[in-house]
Amino acid sequence: MILLNGERSDVHAGETVVAVIARLGLDADTRGVAVAVDGEVVPRASWDSFEVGEHARVEVLTAMQGG
Amino acid sequence: MHDTLSSNVGEEPSAPARGGQELTIAGRTLRSRLLLGTGGFPSLEVMAEAIAASGSELVTVALRRVDPRARGSLIDVLADAGVGLLPNTAGCHTARDAVLTARMAREAFATDWVKLEVIGDEDTLLPDAPELLLAAEELIDDGFVVLPYTTDDPVLAKRLADLGCAAVMPLGSPIGSGMGIRNPYNIALIREAVDVPVVLDAGIGTASDATLAMELGCDAVMAASAIARAQDPVAMARAMRAAVEAGRLARGAGRIPRRTYATPSTPDIGLADFDQGGVELS
Repeated sequence: MILLNGERSDVHAGETVVAVIARLGLDADTRGVAVAVDGEVVPRASWDSFEVGEHARVEVLTAMQGG
Repeated sequence: MHDTLSSNVGEEPSAPARGGQELTIAGRTLRSRLLLGTGGFPSLEVMAEAIAASGSELVTVALRRVDPRARGSLIDVLADAGVGLLPNTAGCHTARDAVLTARMAREAFATDWVKLEVIGDEDTLLPDAPELLLAAEELIDDGFVVLPYTTDDPVLAKRLADLGCAAVMPLGSPIGSGMGIRNPYNIALIREAVDVPVVLDAGIGTASDATLAMELGCDAVMAASAIARAQDPVAMARAMRAAVEAGRLARGAGRIPRRTYATPSTPDIGLADFDQGGVELS
């Protein structure tokens, strides 16, 4: 089971970050997005090569209004 | 008699305004000394109007999970407004979370600036000082330009500045409380204690609070809820802009000392004496 933004997902081990964020309607060109897998930032340049592992926790963050 | 009261905070008559009209933080020059928070506005449209009215060139944004149902792009609106982004680490309770959030922000927004917040208590949202110092040190080592949200403790502010923080952002009172500056003496002491810019953050309720911050010697003011949650955010943004400018001018002008008793503002010399010569006035 791979968690995507805290929710159970249908992502399988071995999928790339680009494939994972597509489930959120995002692609490699979307501005203002950052991805962490298991608490480590995955640089944008690695999104199409980085593969998520079993039991990965994927966080996909973007800008939100805040002080 | 005619004692000057001891409340000389921010009143050194010869205190020059630091620097010129422009604010420089970590080598970056800002024409406006008002920083804006983007949270709490009723809509992105009102936020954009308020940013324009405020004249601010640097606004804070938070980092949260992508919501595929979200409408409108905050990033696009802020890019159109032509303002710089200052990502915050709001909601982080540990140095570890704050450091990771800052790294995510650097990746998302291509800026190494961060408004570092590490919260120690849910009710007051006051900073957790030990975690704040840990996070600041790690981020500075990692090349970040760190602007920490801190308490109004001059010693902590000095420790943060000594670590290499680019500015310090002491609170006037708790975030969103609108209670103004509860300890103006400490804010003035922080101004004396550090050589980096002091940005009054949190607690601003209305324009006079922003003016007081500048009169106390702060280099800039950060306003979020005070503008975003005002009944008319755009009008309040305009008021804050004028308030910051007024406070800065007053600080540079050097206010008069407070006195217990009156000092005539009109000289006695040449005053007519109507009692001489038996003139009776009724």
